[in-house]
Amino acid sequence: MVHLILFIIFGVICVAGAVNLLAQKHPINSALSLVVVMGALAGLYLLLGAEFLAAIQVIVYAGAIMVLFVFVIMLLNAGEEEHTHGSKIALLFGVPGMVVGSVLIAWMLIHSQPSAREVTVGQLYGSARSIGQLLFGQFLLPFEITSVLILIAIMGAVVLARRESQ
Amino acid sequence: MNGTVLEIPLAYYLVLSAILFACGVTGFLIKRNIITIFMAIELMLNGVNLSFVAFAAYWHALSGQVFVFFVMVVAAAEAAVGLAIIIAVFRTRETLNPDRVNLLKL
Repeated sequence: MVHLILFIIFGVICVAGAVNLLAQKHPINSALSLVVVMGALAGLYLLLGAEFLAAIQVIVYAGAIMVLFVFVIMLLNAGEEEHTHGSKIALLFGVPGMVVGSVLIAWMLIHSQPSAREVTVGQLYGSARSIGQLLFGQFLLPFEITSVLILIAIMGAVVLARRESQ
Repeated sequence: MNGTVLEIPLAYYLVLSAILFACGVTGFLIKRNIITIFMAIELMLNGVNLSFVAFAAYWHALSGQVFVFFVMVVAAAEAAVGLAIIIAVFRTRETLNPDRVNLLKL
C-alpha cells in the first residue's frame, strides 16, 4: 500500500514534469522540468530496488547531461520558441491520434498481464556490487566497446564544436 | 524476502513508461526549438529505461539494469555530440529553429 502511494506520487510528478516540458515555451524551463522528471524517475528506480541506477540517474542524467543542456542554452542565449504556421492539420490529427494510441497501449498492457507475477518492490538487490560483478564479468566486452564509443564521442564533440580556422 | 513484501502490478510501470515515451514523441514533433527537441529525445530514452528496470525487477534479472547503464552511456555520448552539432549549426545559421535549417530541401 505504501509503495502504491509512493508510485502514484512519483508517477504524477513524472507525468506533470513531462507535460510541463511540452507546455513551456522557453528552453530553460523545459530543461528544469526534465530535471524534475529525472529526479522522480530516480525515486521510481529506488522503489524497484535499483539503488545503483537511482544514484547514477541523479549523478549522470540530472547532474551531468542536464548541466550540459543548460550550459548550451545559456551559451547560445536561446530565447522564446518561435511560432510557426501551417501545423493545424498536424494538430487536428496528431492530438486525437496520440490519445487513441496511448489509450490502446495502456489497455493492452493492463489486459495482457493478467496479474501473473507482480513487481516486488522495496528490496534493494541492484547494489553497486552485484551490478559491477555482472558488468565486469558477463558484459565485459560491451563495457570495453562502450569506452571506445565514449572516446569517439569526445573527439567528435571537440571536432564539431571547434571554430573553423581561417 | 522479509515480511513486508509490497507489490504492485508490472503494468502500472509499463503504462507510465509508455506515457513518458508518448510525451517524448509529442515533444519531438511539436517543438520548434532544436534544444527542446533534443530534450524530448532524452525523455523518450528515460521512458524506455523505466520499462527496462521494471522488467528487471519482474524477472529478478540484473541484466536489465546493466542495459539501462549502457543506455545512459549512449545518451551521454549522444548529448555531447548532438549539442556540439547544435552549436555548429547555430554558428553558421544563427537560428535554433529546425524549420529554418533547410539548405538540403529542394
